[in-house]
Amino acid sequence: MNNNLYNYILGIADNSLILGQRLGELTGHGPSLETDIACTNISLDLFGQVRSYFQYAAKIAGDDRTEDDIAMLRKERDYVNVLLVEQPNTNFAYTMARQFLFDVYHLAFLSELEKSKDLTLSAIAKKCIKEVRYHERFSSDWVKRLGDGTAESKTKMQNAINDLWTYTDELFHQTEADKAMVKEGIGVDVTKLKEAYYNNVKELLEEATLEIPESKYFQKGGKKGIHTEHLGYLLAELQYMQRAYPNMEW
Amino acid sequence: MTTEQQIDKILIPILEKVSDPEIPVLSIMNMGVVRSAVIENNIVKVEITPTYSGCPAMDVIGDDIKAALKAAGYHSEIELILAPAWTTDWITPRGRQALEDYGIAAPLDAEADKDVLLNGKRLVKCTNCSSTNTRLVSQFGSTACKAQFQCDDCQEPFDYFKCLK
Repeated sequence: MNNNLYNYILGIADNSLILGQRLGELTGHGPSLETDIACTNISLDLFGQVRSYFQYAAKIAGDDRTEDDIAMLRKERDYVNVLLVEQPNTNFAYTMARQFLFDVYHLAFLSELEKSKDLTLSAIAKKCIKEVRYHERFSSDWVKRLGDGTAESKTKMQNAINDLWTYTDELFHQTEADKAMVKEGIGVDVTKLKEAYYNNVKELLEEATLEIPESKYFQKGGKKGIHTEHLGYLLAELQYMQRAYPNMEW
Repeated sequence: MTTEQQIDKILIPILEKVSDPEIPVLSIMNMGVVRSAVIENNIVKVEITPTYSGCPAMDVIGDDIKAALKAAGYHSEIELILAPAWTTDWITPRGRQALEDYGIAAPLDAEADKDVLLNGKRLVKCTNCSSTNTRLVSQFGSTACKAQFQCDDCQEPFDYFKCLK
């Protein structure tokens, strides 16, 4: 099996899996019916995308592993999502700020992955990007609405952006699998996405009358499996059924 | 890669009877999710493509196609393909009409879609009274492929099938 390709796919899919799980937590708990439905719809899109990636990864693994095993039966240190997506739904401003900071990256990433020499990854990217465009519209709309809203909503959105800013730099760190896949024309060189990302994010924050954080201190580790304390709790919920009733199926 | 469907003529009437489980009035053929259906060595091979990645209807559609073909005396294999990616352009004129009749506004073109979803323009026609004095309630509706609208003339709340290109 091609270990680099397998790990590379996990690196992409884990972001969507963990973010999808976070958004899924809002099922029945969104601040309004419309936002509740929107968040869970975005979650559903992300899980759908994850299925395509993990089905492909299971095929590459070539053993009896299934997409569900990959999603449900790894240990915390084996998940390689970025720290940003595992951050909790502290309040709706956090949920939307996290979504926005990820969506801008996700969109840029997928528009490069579309050009991958790997036809399956390219096909998945072409499919996903259409959905992610809607996600990005939704989250940037809310960043603007809350940022340029009342004094209270502005404070909450500014706090969320300030707190989550520290997790943005990691999006552009390369893993070993990344480097190998870029060399083969399969993977995306994320370092090249960084400048445009910050320009796009800053432009929208200005439009939302928010201040652009100045902190140069950034957290990292997720891509190497070293996570914030939040991931363990998330996985406990995600994996509960498979751990309690091994091999159960719907 | 081709966007043309390759469907054996004998199979068309069978496949037309299979409907989208979430929009029962709409045949999967008019939805454009069947990309090919050919008979090889007495087995019907069908390729379907998902509308949205997470669409929970896909598994059901696959099962329904199998059942419909079995009833017609065929064994079948269903394959889910991702490329080329589905677009709302593949919904046929009959499909668009079926959506409207069911109370779901059919997708506008990409430019107009952006205007109604982002810029608050009133272009979507109410499925009840045909007025375009309608407004966006939520960018996401009862399923990922739809947005929620309300008519300000007759007050009807309705779904709008979002443009996907």
